[in-house]
Amino acid sequence: MSDPRLPAAFLQPGSSSFSDFLAEQAPDLLPGRRAVPQGQAGDLAPHGTTIVAATFPGGVVMAGDRRATMGNIIAQRDIEKVFPADEFSAVGIAGSAGLAVEMVRLFQTELEHYEKIEGSTLSMDGKANRLAALIRSNLGMAMQGLAVVPLFAGFDLAADQGRIFSYDVTGGRYEETAFHSVGSGSLFARGALKKLYRSDFTAEQTVQAVVEALYDAADDDSATGGPDVTRRIFPVVQVMTADGGRRMPDSEVAAIADRVIAGRMSSPDGPHAPLNATTTEGA
Amino acid sequence: MSMPFYVSPEQLMKDRADFARKGIARGRSVVAVQYADGILFVSENPSQALHKVSEIYDRIAFAAVGRYNEFENLRIAGVRLADMRGYAYDRRDVTGRGLANAYAQTLGTIFSSGGEKPYEVELFVAEIGDDAADDQLYRLTYDGQVADEHGFAVMGGAADVVASYLKERYAANASLDEALRLAVAALGHTADAEDRAIPVDDLEVAVLDRTRSQPRKFSRVRPARLEELLGERGPTASAPEPPAEPADPAASSGSDDPPVAPPIS
Repeated sequence: MSDPRLPAAFLQPGSSSFSDFLAEQAPDLLPGRRAVPQGQAGDLAPHGTTIVAATFPGGVVMAGDRRATMGNIIAQRDIEKVFPADEFSAVGIAGSAGLAVEMVRLFQTELEHYEKIEGSTLSMDGKANRLAALIRSNLGMAMQGLAVVPLFAGFDLAADQGRIFSYDVTGGRYEETAFHSVGSGSLFARGALKKLYRSDFTAEQTVQAVVEALYDAADDDSATGGPDVTRRIFPVVQVMTADGGRRMPDSEVAAIADRVIAGRMSSPDGPHAPLNATTTEGA
Repeated sequence: MSMPFYVSPEQLMKDRADFARKGIARGRSVVAVQYADGILFVSENPSQALHKVSEIYDRIAFAAVGRYNEFENLRIAGVRLADMRGYAYDRRDVTGRGLANAYAQTLGTIFSSGGEKPYEVELFVAEIGDDAADDQLYRLTYDGQVADEHGFAVMGGAADVVASYLKERYAANASLDEALRLAVAALGHTADAEDRAIPVDDLEVAVLDRTRSQPRKFSRVRPARLEELLGERGPTASAPEPPAEPADPAASSGSDDPPVAPPIS
């Protein structure tokens, strides 16, 4: 910046969307605006894997494993894939890790920018739609193997409940009830949660259920990392309630993960669900 | 053919400065006070929606007096500058000094260019550091001058009266409630009449609080919390004169006032 003055465009009244502003002023900063040469680029960069989210009365939990893979190589064993999007919501990402982290940064700035300019926060649906727009702009890259698939969850103050949104690479936005999972291990995680989840869980029970689900995902999917007991690397867990979101401290997650591992010592496949559905409170 | 009158550059600048100063003096004051945990902003502003104090970035806040549409434009430009820099580089690379510099250059250019009317605004740009010694408070005037303030600063209508009151009583490292009581009393102080206790609903109060656990340190102090912090103050009174908010175009339509450009739509 050679001219220290504020550029004239900054002083123009206009959109309160940061990505719209970037599109006009610095389009090269937008992840979706880059020209990528033809061909498959999916194997060039690490991929993030499994994200799980589940609601409980008064909030929602999101957790992600810590592994990034490049083909058969573990690219990183302590990557973080769950991020607070703003005070009441979090976004977890599966897919091309570098692009995904960039997109999360853009999404975080987008929400904060709107909040500062307008003096009020976006509605939960508004946030979910903005994320859909960002994913949609990445479709070209997704078709070359650089897909980003987020999971978005947060506490909706207006509806007074936790809500979960899933996406596809075209920007399709789908609201999920109770629980959902994305990424390579998501099938196994979702299967586990189907049996474990109960809609009357407390926050801590929900965290334990998602940690069990991630354990099952890691059990059957080579790209998902299980709890690393020797290095003490455990899932990133974000808990959002009416009081705002917080990342559960590693020590608390470690205690829950240790409990899960201890249970698996005697029962490697995890807790047993009753065969006869006597308590069908789950969704 | 008519010849334009010659106006000396000194006179031209003086006229422009008088014009801007007059516009600013119509509004009420904003006080910024450094306290133990950060920087406190207090202004008398009956509007709950049109803010004089706002967040720019994690540790940076903005306060302004004068013409609302002008300082609102500057505020949005500051948010855009900060967010863009924080996104392109890193959150730590957004500094209050850089922002104050951008504002100063912008205001200075507008003031000295003949084409535009000068902005009728004064600004604070404040940034908190890890401890009180690292806090920065800049005061920018309509002509682009920057002053580095320490302890406390006042701008707006009765700035001199409020500043002299603060100067006598300000103590560094005060707690939030002490600093707040001092700032509110200073705003209610008048030179020739009895001091007022400003009602809580007419106060706009915000802090940059370094003890906040979130990275964003700016927060507004709501009326309920204000009531609690201020304690018992006796009877309160709103400002006596009819509200002469600079945002209100009617306020500047008096015959004594200098001509004013229409608000930017």
